Amino acid sequence: MSIIDKDTTFLGYRRENGRVGIRNHVIILPLDDLSNAAAEAVAHNIKGAMAIPHPYGRLQFGADLDLHFRTLIGAGCNPNVAAVVVIGIEDGWTQKVVDGIKTTGKPVVGFGIELHGDHDTILRASKAAKEFVQVASEKQREECPISELWVSTKCGESDTTSGCGANPAVGNAFDKLHPLGNYLCFGETTELTGGEHIVAARCANDEVRQKFMHMFDRYQEVINRHKTSDLADSQPTKGNIAGGLTTIEEKALGNIQKIGKVCTVDGVIDKAEMPTHPGLWFMDSSSAAAEMVTLCAASGYAVHLFPTGQGNVIGNAIVPVIKLCANPRTVRTMSEHVDVDVTGLLQREITLDQAGDKLLECMLRTANGRLTAAEALGHREFVLTRLYESA
Amino acid sequence: MIHFVLHDAKDTVAVVVVEGVTAGTKMTGWIMDEDRMIDVAAKQDIPIGHKVALKDMAIGDTVVKYGIDMGKVVAAISAGQHAHVHNIKTKRW
Repeated sequence: MSIIDKDTTFLGYRRENGRVGIRNHVIILPLDDLSNAAAEAVAHNIKGAMAIPHPYGRLQFGADLDLHFRTLIGAGCNPNVAAVVVIGIEDGWTQKVVDGIKTTGKPVVGFGIELHGDHDTILRASKAAKEFVQVASEKQREECPISELWVSTKCGESDTTSGCGANPAVGNAFDKLHPLGNYLCFGETTELTGGEHIVAARCANDEVRQKFMHMFDRYQEVINRHKTSDLADSQPTKGNIAGGLTTIEEKALGNIQKIGKVCTVDGVIDKAEMPTHPGLWFMDSSSAAAEMVTLCAASGYAVHLFPTGQGNVIGNAIVPVIKLCANPRTVRTMSEHVDVDVTGLLQREITLDQAGDKLLECMLRTANGRLTAAEALGHREFVLTRLYESA
Repeated sequence: MIHFVLHDAKDTVAVVVVEGVTAGTKMTGWIMDEDRMIDVAAKQDIPIGHKVALKDMAIGDTVVKYGIDMGKVVAAISAGQHAHVHNIKTKRW
């Protein structure tokens, strides 16, 4: 019994490629750090356009460069995005991002600064952005089956209440969505350390299991190659430790509660890769909150469930981030950041089913248009994951 | 009032879920998986979210939470004491 079933619907924006989004952003997307100023100027000119500045995109190479393009293109392709204006220092790579986003059929155009300068670029890009914003403003929501909502999750500023309360509430929600055929996602590779055998056992078949263990071992090698201590204060973080989490194993066992009791792990994707069939996907990803949510946005997920213990405050430029919390002190002292209060779980006042339903109810309202706390507070984090130094 | 929770009856530590636990506080705990209550007295002040030891443990012992290995004891702990980074460390890194 749950508040959702296969007949549940939400009001979403159906895009040209059939995907459904729950926001209608027109974004000004810089390819590189040189283009941030122009992008911000365009967003200032055109009300309703949103610039997404970031610090990278120069002299990257190899897998790190591939990830850069995959993330930018993926963000532009996300169904929460109605249209994209790309700005880059030169036309070649700018066009590469445009071509990647164009595969969705949505309005997208790019402008290179070289041979033009900032002023002329801002002029040309503003004309395009104005048209996009006015077209997007006429787009209407339509009723869609709940299975078309792609849902991701990551926990942040976790403490022991996360593992005991907030994370199991997400797990309960995932257990209810999984049978309906939703695309779901979880990640935070290092944060499974100590519980990787549990996740491996939940993999749907040997192929998925092998791919998962490959990703897990690959990330352990990165840690082992660079670590100078047992990572105390980094993973777990100072905030985790202040909140009572003692070891990475403990954090992992709490983290894993997010995949519920019933869900199988049906596939494995690399950072910012797009999943290819319904089910729960493990994405190899950083445990840094804004990085991981940005990767989920690039993979196409439309809404994000974010359980917190000590009080993580981030949102995301593309994807609404729903914060739930089971720590009474956090709910009291940081109330403006909390969307769903599940403190009742730890006082035996509500059941896990009720907590899962409370979260799903908020998810539906958010899908239908309700702004999350993070959106209302102006948290629009967009953080790119880097693999190594630029050349 | 529930002062602390644990997942599995085999757990050797539990999580304090209320503020104001000081040395001497008589605590009621909830074993979540069995929906059963137990009592433990705190021997030290324990902040909300931090763990209380449920039994005496020696250096080298495995600490059990969620029914599974969550780390090793690096300084002796007695039941009712604050269990955290000063007496428990990871086995993994």
